[in-house]
Amino acid sequence: MSVTTTPPITVGHRQQPSSPPPGSNYLNARRGIMSWLITLDHKRIALLYLFGVLGAYFLGGVFALLVRLELFTPSPVLAGSSEKAWELYNHMFTLHGAVMVFLFIIPAIPAIIGNFVLPLMLGAKDLAFPRINLASFYFWLAGGLFFTYVLIKGVLNFTFPVLETIWGPGGLDTGWTFYTPYSTTLTQTAVVEATLGAFILGFASILTGVNFIASIHTLRPKGMTWFRMPLFLWSLYATSIIMILATPVLAITLLLLAAERVLGVGIFDPNMGGDPILYQHFFWFYSHPAVYIMVLPALGILSELISVFSRKHIFGYKFIAISSLAIAFIGFLVWGHHMFVSGQSPLANAIFSLLTFFVAVPSAIKTFNWLATMHKGSISLKTPMVYALLTIFLFVVGGLTGLFLGAINTNVHLTDTYFVVAHFHYVMMGTVLFAFLGAMYYWWPKIWGKMYNENWARIAAIVVFIGFNQTFFWQFIMGSQGMPRRYATYSTQYTRHHQFSTVGAFVMTAGLVMVLANMVHSVAVGRRAPRNPWGGNSLEWHTPSPPTTFNFDRTPYAGDPYNYDHWRYVSEEEGYVYDPPDSDDEDITRP
Amino acid sequence: MSDSDTPHHDGGHGHDGHDHPANLAHHFDSPRQQFDAAKVGMWVFLATEILMFGGLFCAYAVWRANHPEVFLAAHKKLDMTLGLINTIILITSSFTMAWAVRAAQLNQQRLLVILLSLTIAGGCGFLVVKTFEYSDKWDKGLWVGTKNLFNPRYEEPSDREANQAPGEQENQAGNESENGLGESNENTAPEMPPEMSPEETPEEASEQGPVAAPDAALQDPDENAHNDEPEVMRSAIPVPGMGPPGLSEAYSDQEVQRQETPPTPEELIAQLPDHVREKWLHQFFQVYFLMTGLHTLHVIVGIGLIGWITVRAQRGAYSSEYYTQVDLVGLYWHLVDLIWIFLFPLLYLIH
Repeated sequence: MSVTTTPPITVGHRQQPSSPPPGSNYLNARRGIMSWLITLDHKRIALLYLFGVLGAYFLGGVFALLVRLELFTPSPVLAGSSEKAWELYNHMFTLHGAVMVFLFIIPAIPAIIGNFVLPLMLGAKDLAFPRINLASFYFWLAGGLFFTYVLIKGVLNFTFPVLETIWGPGGLDTGWTFYTPYSTTLTQTAVVEATLGAFILGFASILTGVNFIASIHTLRPKGMTWFRMPLFLWSLYATSIIMILATPVLAITLLLLAAERVLGVGIFDPNMGGDPILYQHFFWFYSHPAVYIMVLPALGILSELISVFSRKHIFGYKFIAISSLAIAFIGFLVWGHHMFVSGQSPLANAIFSLLTFFVAVPSAIKTFNWLATMHKGSISLKTPMVYALLTIFLFVVGGLTGLFLGAINTNVHLTDTYFVVAHFHYVMMGTVLFAFLGAMYYWWPKIWGKMYNENWARIAAIVVFIGFNQTFFWQFIMGSQGMPRRYATYSTQYTRHHQFSTVGAFVMTAGLVMVLANMVHSVAVGRRAPRNPWGGNSLEWHTPSPPTTFNFDRTPYAGDPYNYDHWRYVSEEEGYVYDPPDSDDEDITRP
Repeated sequence: MSDSDTPHHDGGHGHDGHDHPANLAHHFDSPRQQFDAAKVGMWVFLATEILMFGGLFCAYAVWRANHPEVFLAAHKKLDMTLGLINTIILITSSFTMAWAVRAAQLNQQRLLVILLSLTIAGGCGFLVVKTFEYSDKWDKGLWVGTKNLFNPRYEEPSDREANQAPGEQENQAGNESENGLGESNENTAPEMPPEMSPEETPEEASEQGPVAAPDAALQDPDENAHNDEPEVMRSAIPVPGMGPPGLSEAYSDQEVQRQETPPTPEELIAQLPDHVREKWLHQFFQVYFLMTGLHTLHVIVGIGLIGWITVRAQRGAYSSEYYTQVDLVGLYWHLVDLIWIFLFPLLYLIH
């Protein structure tokens, strides 16, 4: 204990933390709105991200539902005239993609779950750079505001067309990929504002990545060697590397795009000696690795959930750890598979196709190791495990359909069809969203100190799963029959598929509302959570739920995170209690 | 201030009431750990900077590969002497910065402030020289974007119209390009129609050269005038031989004539008609302004950062116990310097 008197509690981090009064935790240690807005506590920043990102998810979800509504019939639905409806449709699918990719999926798992869990898993008091962590949230917010600005301007322009002559174009209809030359010379929408928004969001990503890498390098506690880190940390580490190496390329690409539109430099304009394909190379050099920014943390979460709920040591630890890095590495070499029909040379196509198939190897390593972990395990189907199993299923479907797209010949047939749409929704939404929800349920007791209703959570999971498959499975069939993506109308042969898909989207929405209701209910009136409801052994389960502001009273000693031998279920606690067999050779100091 | 000589040894215990160094954030166990984390973070951040510039270097490579003659001709409009002066200034300021870090490590407070001030002076000197260069380009109508005379979409800057007759400044632009661009420069881009007709493609032009471009060699010049050659232009410089097998299949069935003594690029350029040489000339200035502009922005940020640590150094914030910020800003400044060391030859010293 500090011999001096306890300094007044400020929001800064420099004061000596005194041992907190009993019952104090990070949620109630300080009060007032400012204590949240300028907090340096990684857990509170994670919650800021949680609310922001869920807001973005809601926005993107509304756009998705509008897209599905428009596609309910081949004739215009959203507006009276087909011209107006289809213009609106272009804006809807663009904003759906841009908001979901840049504002939701990329930050979802790293910035919410990673931010909350990473220092806890490291037994650390915070991330290496708490101020940078807060800055990254405000960069995210600023980028989000740019998109909101584009959106509001678009809505107002659409409602009152006279406004466009006053304050210029709004909305965005380029597709989230901003392909040139449409985005630079033809479109009459707010491309520059949107690209600046994405540019600023890139800073948020980079700062998070820097923070995670520095934390993992320098804050690991005694006993936690690189190969004793929980696998979620390995996946976050690989994710951070991609964030660091890919995001700056997107930043410069978007700057060039803005320079092209504002200054007329002609970089991507063949009429001025430029090269539009260069834009596609730049864009996919970022955006393909970005897919792994989204999916790698989800795979890391699966490794945690499957081991804990099978009560069995993870199978093939080193293989899973290295496969994360391998995916990150190979992910940088495959961007050309988005450009098979762009006119790149057949040799480049062949190389990119081959490298694309290489990604299947580390992905399969992970999947088989999860299955081997479950084999002869003592599996309990708690909600997080239900989500984990559903995620494996969706990941396998998404991954295997990726093979058809990675092969050049089938790709030519399937490119720009609903098959692609279905494929990346299985990977992006199926895998990432389901793993994200699983992680939310898994760490929910740690975050809020409250338990949720297990049965309702499981029912909601099944509803979301059914809705998801109903929405997207038919799109594989439509796509292979030739239904092109991004079309607001279609030949009547696809009507039934589209209607089935639209209904599925609403079923999924109903399921997600159940998820949200359950979570709100649990925070409001849920039962108190024990320290360790699941029996996990990574360090976050060695601290109270919810943790105190500084996480641990003293730096814990880390042992094997997948050894569950010393946790005993105590029914009065409704959770697991640490029970080292012999205090002399105990490998984990209980805080 | 952490001038105290108290040794700070932490044995992994966080907050047990021992003497806590003033600059140690609560979540680190030891100053060493904090320094390591900051250093790792900075290096990782520098990696992002390199990749960001890497995108521009990549764009540079693509443009130059597509139109090497443009780069050869246009770089002569840059002032190599000023570029060299700036290179020397930046390298010197990097030296004073590195020395400043050493001074901080050795507790030489006065020397630290002097060296940091010298570094700032170097950065400002760089900016002054750059201002001269930029304003010179502006005067000659060689600015970025549509403000470049050679841009097919050239727009006359409003202020220049008032001061100068258009003819005057065209002559200015022409005079500047004696060595690189030939003498007759009256027909600069503004007069040229942006839609260049096919017979003016460089394929035809290079045919008069000692080495015919592979595809031009097969074509009769008269036929060439009426073929459906797309407007996108390839290099006027003939490829020296075959590209890597598979990458240039378009030419795989064509015979490539190898010349005993290949002509120098300057000779080839001299043989091109003026309008061909100048058609894409604006590209060089786009890439020049984008790259040096982003770099100059980094110099300005660097000067700001060094100014901030100079103020702190004057208050005695740094010592052999704590010099992290000096070290990190130094790393940043070296990177800014290093990027210039790549920019200078790529833009000014093209052969």
